[in-house]
Amino acid sequence: MKTGAKILIESLLREGVETIFGYPGGSVLPIYDELYDSPLRHILVRHEQAAAHAADGYARASGRVGVCLATSGPGACNLVTGIATAYMDSVPVVAITGQVPTTMLGNDAFQESDIQGITMPITKHNYLVKDTADIARVVKEAFFIAGTGRQGPVLIDLPKDVNTRSIKDPIVPDKVSLRGYNPTYKGHTRQIDKALEMINLAERPLIYAGGGVISSNASGELVALAIQLGIPVTTTLMGIGCIPCDHPLNLGMLGMHGTEYANFAVTECDLLIAIGARFDDRVTGKLDTFAPHAKIIHIDIDPAEIGKNKRVDIPIVGDVKSVLKDMLASMKKKGACDAWQKKIKHWKQHHPLRYGKDDGCLHPQFIIQQMSELLQGNAVIVSEVGQNQMWAAQYFCFRQPRTWITSGGLGTMGYGFPAAMGAHFARPDVPVFDVAGDGSIQMNIQEMGTVAHYKIPVKIAILNNMYLGMVRQWQELFYDRRYSYTELPPVEFVKIANAYGIEGVKVEASEDVMPALKAAIDCDGPFVMDFRVEREENVFPMVPAGAAINEMIGGHPRT
Amino acid sequence: MKPHTLSVLVENKAGVLSRVTGLFSRRGFNIESLAVGPCEETGMSRITIVVIGDDAMVEQVMKQLNKLIDVIKVTDLSENERVERELALIKVTAEPGGSRAEVMQIASIFRAQIVDVGAKSVILEVTGDTEKIDALEQLLRQFGIKELVRTGRVGILRGSKTVTSSK
Repeated sequence: MKTGAKILIESLLREGVETIFGYPGGSVLPIYDELYDSPLRHILVRHEQAAAHAADGYARASGRVGVCLATSGPGACNLVTGIATAYMDSVPVVAITGQVPTTMLGNDAFQESDIQGITMPITKHNYLVKDTADIARVVKEAFFIAGTGRQGPVLIDLPKDVNTRSIKDPIVPDKVSLRGYNPTYKGHTRQIDKALEMINLAERPLIYAGGGVISSNASGELVALAIQLGIPVTTTLMGIGCIPCDHPLNLGMLGMHGTEYANFAVTECDLLIAIGARFDDRVTGKLDTFAPHAKIIHIDIDPAEIGKNKRVDIPIVGDVKSVLKDMLASMKKKGACDAWQKKIKHWKQHHPLRYGKDDGCLHPQFIIQQMSELLQGNAVIVSEVGQNQMWAAQYFCFRQPRTWITSGGLGTMGYGFPAAMGAHFARPDVPVFDVAGDGSIQMNIQEMGTVAHYKIPVKIAILNNMYLGMVRQWQELFYDRRYSYTELPPVEFVKIANAYGIEGVKVEASEDVMPALKAAIDCDGPFVMDFRVEREENVFPMVPAGAAINEMIGGHPRT
Repeated sequence: MKPHTLSVLVENKAGVLSRVTGLFSRRGFNIESLAVGPCEETGMSRITIVVIGDDAMVEQVMKQLNKLIDVIKVTDLSENERVERELALIKVTAEPGGSRAEVMQIASIFRAQIVDVGAKSVILEVTGDTEKIDALEQLLRQFGIKELVRTGRVGILRGSKTVTSSK
């Protein structure tokens, strides 16, 4: 005889789970009792939101399914932001929640919430398990659904009596069969041939690569295709890392805070090849003027993304890696489009990213550059959301996929720190940095308790400008500098860190940046850097909301 | 903007209707009519949804419906020759010696059945396309409709084409 809780833990182990992030409570007591002497490593977070983000960070850094666990009611509800974050960025997470006993469902019992109903629009699928005999099958299905096709979070809600009941010889399915779920992996051969023909005819082709390239582990194929066809590549925020930052074909990020040359290239290209990207509004700006002269090829595993925002000439539904492999196998060599390459080179030379260097102030961009120089791409950089995120995306030189982890779709402040904890368990071999703002870090600052408790060596770099910087920037530019509720009083983050037993340093001058970063690396455990940066620094260039992406403010005069 | 009749074959599992309708409400689309029931396959249900929208929006909703794990197949019947029907039960004032004779006469013209007779009212059961039921309702209004209930439209393709089989 086995209890539901035991079946659950055995099912997780069968899926190869090693680490889960969670927080106990009344209705998950049977599960925690099983965890007590199981080989699963459980990390006790300080708030359930952090458990969801940590599972997400683990998944993004490793490419495997991340797992979090919370109790019913408030515990489950606290996971919601984390689940929504994973959903928007297509991250494979399995969230397990306790629930009141089946006999009390729907009665407004203590710590009851309809988490299946609540998470329906923010999960790829979810389950309320009412029979202990279903647990093994549901866990297997959940991991399969989360980790295949367009990945995403799956929630399993387990009432307490389902976990405590014992059954004889639970049936463990050896494979998953779901009639309504058959993702298309292989791209249509004729569509691929048509795409290759179109690429051959193009004079100014451009690849626009998104997070799908990273989640399908297709960075190698992408770079190979770009090199062999001589096509420049711009990446979305989520696609950063799929091509090395200093690769001659890389134009960096496009969109609202993209590079000028990437946005010029999109506006002037005659063929845009969108790969694992979804034409998000932060990328396209005004849709009508996005790639106005281009034919569009769109490769994506999710048919619902094809034509959702922008009309596409050649759609290819399939797994990015599989499609790119097929393209590489059947493509012909192509001329390098010399005039186009030359034009892009010119833009790159005359429109580089820039900030007010050498004026004696401590610029946040400088800190990221120093970090980049020190780490040489051998690190995982996680960010919060806002200016810190954009500067990290713009100024850190990423050389590998899965080394840049950020909340793109939902834009969740407070994501970075707990996600960095999760990333550490996926990549214990490299330093993990959380690039934060003073606003974001305070949204999940309680996790200092977790990193101190387990000595998780996350390095927190707070770009402290005593503002909610990105909102302040919008207020400066579009609301007449009326800084309505965006100024934050100073916080001594090092003192907070010290209270948790974490080391830290406050940095106020440029020359102290590198020593602080080195101290962080030299420290075995977590470390906090409180960088007091130029307060009213802006993220430039910037495409105002609703403008065409070649209409940037804070750029160079057009040459 | 025109009405689309979507036929959605789903696994008959708890929450499936909520998942399906949620995709519409989340986008701010109003469902005009909805009918659900078991179908020829055990463990499956068929949902007929009538929604008014432009083609791009309906295409997007259909794609999103297809992504639901419990959805097996989605078809826009409006693109094909089809039969659509709904059923209405109408309780109408019809007193003996008063309007009862006339009500029964109208019922017979519309091939509606009288399924219940009370002291002061009768219940009519009518089947047909939406226009027919609308027309009957209009005619009966003068006598006083006490209550009216409609099933929502169901639809099926003409000929041998079906909305079944694997996705």
